[in-house]
Amino acid sequence: MNYRWDWSILFKDTYMGWLWSGLLWTVIISLASWAVALTVGLLAGSARSAPSRGARLLAGLYIDVFRNVPPLVQLFLWYFVLPEVVPDSFGLWLKRDLPYPEIVTAVVAIGLFAGSRVAEQVRAGIEAVGAPLMPAALATGLRPAQAFRLIVLPLGLRAIVGPLTSEFLITVKLSSLSLTIGVLELTAQSRHVENYTFQGFEAFTFATIGYLVIGLCVTGLMRFIDIRIGGAALRKTPA
Amino acid sequence: MSDFDWGIIARSAAFLAEGMALSALLVLVATVGGLVLGFGLALMRLSSHRLLSVPASTYVTVMRTLPLVLVLFWFYFLVPLVIGRPVGSLTSALLAFVLFEAAFYCEIVRAGISNVRHGQSDAGLATGLRRAQVLRLIILPQALRAMMPLILNQIVIVFQDTSLVYVVSLHDFLTAASVVASRDGRATEMYALVAVVYLVICLSTTKAAEFYRKGLPS
Repeated sequence: MNYRWDWSILFKDTYMGWLWSGLLWTVIISLASWAVALTVGLLAGSARSAPSRGARLLAGLYIDVFRNVPPLVQLFLWYFVLPEVVPDSFGLWLKRDLPYPEIVTAVVAIGLFAGSRVAEQVRAGIEAVGAPLMPAALATGLRPAQAFRLIVLPLGLRAIVGPLTSEFLITVKLSSLSLTIGVLELTAQSRHVENYTFQGFEAFTFATIGYLVIGLCVTGLMRFIDIRIGGAALRKTPA
Repeated sequence: MSDFDWGIIARSAAFLAEGMALSALLVLVATVGGLVLGFGLALMRLSSHRLLSVPASTYVTVMRTLPLVLVLFWFYFLVPLVIGRPVGSLTSALLAFVLFEAAFYCEIVRAGISNVRHGQSDAGLATGLRRAQVLRLIILPQALRAMMPLILNQIVIVFQDTSLVYVVSLHDFLTAASVVASRDGRATEMYALVAVVYLVICLSTTKAAEFYRKGLPS
């Protein structure tokens, strides 16, 4: 193997600037997509156990469709196809006036894909842990909506912090797809540095460590939340 | 809004079929290679020797934290360097897929094996079977049955993942469609087709996995 190491390129102003700005965009896109995914996932996951048949079917349709089309294809649909099939004025606005079009599109596409996965976890949590408590909650005199909001949903969510951690990590990894529509996030910037300097080892190592650190932060944050809301203690008590 | 020209699908069918063949090849190699390597990793992770379990679990954790796109770039860059001459992007993509998916298959195999109750292997050993025999004759058949739905789900994910070879310009199904889309300015038709094809294949496999799981004794 014939390779000339040069770690100093990581500290050259230009390349260091690219890589750090890539890292920043990865964090921003991941957090924004995760916010979308959690919101949509909570709504759709709850709707799966709603009394209305229409709401259940609609949420089921969303989950099935968005989980079973590759996220990259979804991203292309939002980016290339949506502006063409909506009314002209809206399409023009999407192409011309929307601020940060690539980033907004990436956040929507990744958020809705991850949201369908979160919805499945929420549904599973409600079914396994929350729903069995419904009769007891109703017996205390709560109205059905209150029982759902105060008992079934929180306890269901507390049981799925583990799976949600995985979904959060998946969302971070999905942010790398946005490079296909021209967002210069961490992976794109490391490729960029490789193309300019041929120091692929150094550039990709930076990106690798970046993702590992983000992953550790996500895992740490979710574990902190888990302990605070008592989910960890819950699983430790013998059944 | 332009008029749609759905005839473009028929005219580019042969090209798209070649793309789908490449996607299928990637799924096949990633699944077979990933399962074999994942099985080895799972045995290492379950071993009581820390020299075996720590490297395996580190490998799995790192791979699972990295985006596949970055792993594809790594291999695209590394493989020619290690081999010492340029190889096509297919070779590096195949390697990247096997090594990446192995981490995920490892977790499936590990969960499957740990779910078989401990008494089973104790009982097997008590009847005089050797360790390897217990694994092959008693643990694996039971583990495999529990793993099947998870493996099917993972195959769906691998199939979706194959679309990412777009970033190293390999002509899988999605990339083939995108080539036609930009050549003929028919993005709407091509991407709609791609979405429907993926949806039908993935949804039917997902439902099959669900159906299979419901039939299993819990």
